[in-house]
Amino acid sequence: MAGSGNPAEGNRPALALHVPEPRYRPGDTADFSHIDIGAPGDQPRPDEGVHPSQMAGLAYGLVRVLGDDNLAHGPWNPRLSPDRLRTMLGHMALVRAFDERMFRGQRQGKTSFYMKCTGEEATSIAPAMALASDDMIFPSYRQQGILIARGYPLIEMINQIYSNKADKLKGRQLPIMYSSREHSFFSISGNLATQCPQAVGWAMASACRGDSRIAASWVGEGSTAEGDFHSACTFAAVYNAPVILNVVNNQWAISSFSGFAGAERTTFAARGLGYGIAALRVDGNDPLACYAAAEWAATRARGNHGPSLIEYFTYRAEGHSTSDDPSGYRSAQERDEWPLGDPVNRLKNHLIAIGEWDEERQSAMDLECAERVKTTTKEAEKNGILGHGLHHPFHTMFEDVYEELPWHLEEQAEQAIRERIAKFGTERPFG
Amino acid sequence: MSEQPATLGEAVIGAKDAGRRLNMIEAINEALDIMLTRDPDVIIMGEDVGYFGGVFRATAGLQAKHGKTRVFDTPISECGIIGVAVGMGAYGLRPVPEIQFADYIYPGLDQLVSEAARLRYRSAGDYIAPMTVRSPFGGGIFGGQTHSQSPEALFTHVAGLKTVIPATPHDAKGLLISAIEDNDPVIFFEPKRIYNGPFSGYYDKPVEPWKKHPDSVVPEGYYKVPLGKARTVREGEALTVLAYGTMVHVAEAVCAAKGVDAEILDLRTLVPLDIKAIEASVAKTGRCLVVHEATRTSGFGAELSALVTERCFYHLEAPVERVTGFDTPYPHSLEWAYFPGPVRIGEAIDKLLKD
Repeated sequence: MAGSGNPAEGNRPALALHVPEPRYRPGDTADFSHIDIGAPGDQPRPDEGVHPSQMAGLAYGLVRVLGDDNLAHGPWNPRLSPDRLRTMLGHMALVRAFDERMFRGQRQGKTSFYMKCTGEEATSIAPAMALASDDMIFPSYRQQGILIARGYPLIEMINQIYSNKADKLKGRQLPIMYSSREHSFFSISGNLATQCPQAVGWAMASACRGDSRIAASWVGEGSTAEGDFHSACTFAAVYNAPVILNVVNNQWAISSFSGFAGAERTTFAARGLGYGIAALRVDGNDPLACYAAAEWAATRARGNHGPSLIEYFTYRAEGHSTSDDPSGYRSAQERDEWPLGDPVNRLKNHLIAIGEWDEERQSAMDLECAERVKTTTKEAEKNGILGHGLHHPFHTMFEDVYEELPWHLEEQAEQAIRERIAKFGTERPFG
Repeated sequence: MSEQPATLGEAVIGAKDAGRRLNMIEAINEALDIMLTRDPDVIIMGEDVGYFGGVFRATAGLQAKHGKTRVFDTPISECGIIGVAVGMGAYGLRPVPEIQFADYIYPGLDQLVSEAARLRYRSAGDYIAPMTVRSPFGGGIFGGQTHSQSPEALFTHVAGLKTVIPATPHDAKGLLISAIEDNDPVIFFEPKRIYNGPFSGYYDKPVEPWKKHPDSVVPEGYYKVPLGKARTVREGEALTVLAYGTMVHVAEAVCAAKGVDAEILDLRTLVPLDIKAIEASVAKTGRCLVVHEATRTSGFGAELSALVTERCFYHLEAPVERVTGFDTPYPHSLEWAYFPGPVRIGEAIDKLLKD
């Protein structure tokens, strides 16, 4: 009979299907002592032109710079000036304040959706600072830190989140799916990992033209299971593309732990080795290590030494999005037990340890960030919030499908406007 | 040319280029060569397209002439080919990727449907994907189910994509140049059965080469056939035939054999569609036959039939007829039983003209 099988066939042992299961579920005591995090400063820093075959230790180990003593250790210390470190801390604090406010705004019904990056701030902000401002970013959906580091106006982000009449994307995209050509920030898709081969293509084009700009993509560890990720690695390796493929391993893809993307068997960085791509596995909650890894990979790409894959080993401290409640599938203790701490605290403590910062200034900065976000939010609300009428005119729904409106879209636009008049009459402001 | 122009295409070309005849592959190759020369942003990539020049020879000689960074081979990865083309477009290039057979395009579908097609819209014009995806499609070459499909309706269903299908060497060159210059992503399906000669549908008769066909006269140099404009293959009064690609020629041969005074429209582009030409012709003839090789259910013929019914109903003297492939995978040994050939088309014409 089809599918019934025959366990008694000969002397062959019965096979067993392995279905991955995370260590801790709601109510469990979380203990991460099994994770080997190595010691800060213990990883060697090879020349940027190194052959990937010489990088196995870096793909399976963990590049760390900041120690429990809050000081920077070892060859990966990027030796940033105190001013640069304070700038980095400022970006991280601003992103955190922004996330808090926008999350609350969604709960207050001002928009449909939001995604925080709490705990992962370093994986966006530090690499963004290590890259040139005109290097091309192909983000996933949790890289708001890059826009903030590149000085994208907060009000534009909020207008987009509210899908209001000032939204530069004309209310077409789900909140947080930003796009800014001016900031070399590619349009966020929402389909997973599609940005990876696109980043490789952009980098190939740049190389084809003898340009000096490089590309970088971000993807979650869960999405590396998509075929696009494999295509990206293949093309990056084949054409030696000047690209950095960043994998943010935050342990959770909605409710699926990293084991469903293969983490029980190997690291995500190690995937690079099979393609002949330089591979680094980095403490993603260590802003200095994140910066150093991105700087190394950028130097490698700029020198025509080819692509790099960086795994940022971190932890998604909050839910996947406003639509997610992680208390339904993971232990609430995980966040506190995460062995690599909180990236904002670690950078703050480092600056204090080297005598360049103090708690008073931190409190003042946090307050200033919260105030700035609050003021900007109020400003953006003047342009409308989702579902309250202040959207773009109806006709814009039909624009940009093609460069020019074909006849069938003209006809459909006329219908949409007729329907609006039928519903509201012509009294109400049109559009 | 001594005799009267047999088609509008030939009339347009005029006497100057008379005698310069190309098959469809040569016409496509020439269009690619011209665009590589004119526009430094154009690049060509695909499986086997570089040194070798493509399995159908459409890119023969182009790498040698334009260099390895303009025309190059790719890994066997349609997802990767389309994905990197999106990135190249974002950079500012104008990629012309080849998918070796339309049957192989599916691994690249997400990059086409979710990415290339929507990029302009979702970024409000920040980024565009000005790519032309060339791919041989259609059957009639004993290609079996993986080298014969006509998946055009999958693409016409996607907002943001344009779908172009030439039926002659003259149009293949002019439409391809238009497609490459277009700032929207274009699916350019090449009917491989008629690469080397038009096809009457009588598979057991000797193959007729393009050089005997008036629309194999291809002007030298740069010219465009605009997207969204149908071609009147033949004017007539008895009925309107809507077709594209290989089926234009099959329908033409069947009508000639039956002595039916049909008005035959070669649609040339499915999106955008030349609805005015369709409306004008059906208003004149009052009867409409839609012919395509693709499977029937939810095929583009259903869209054409619905449009004609919606827009020309009071001119119609008979229900719109559809002649299509059957709703099966493309068979190998029974290819000609599947193919919407002269018998199937002839029956439909008889039915349309019955009263």
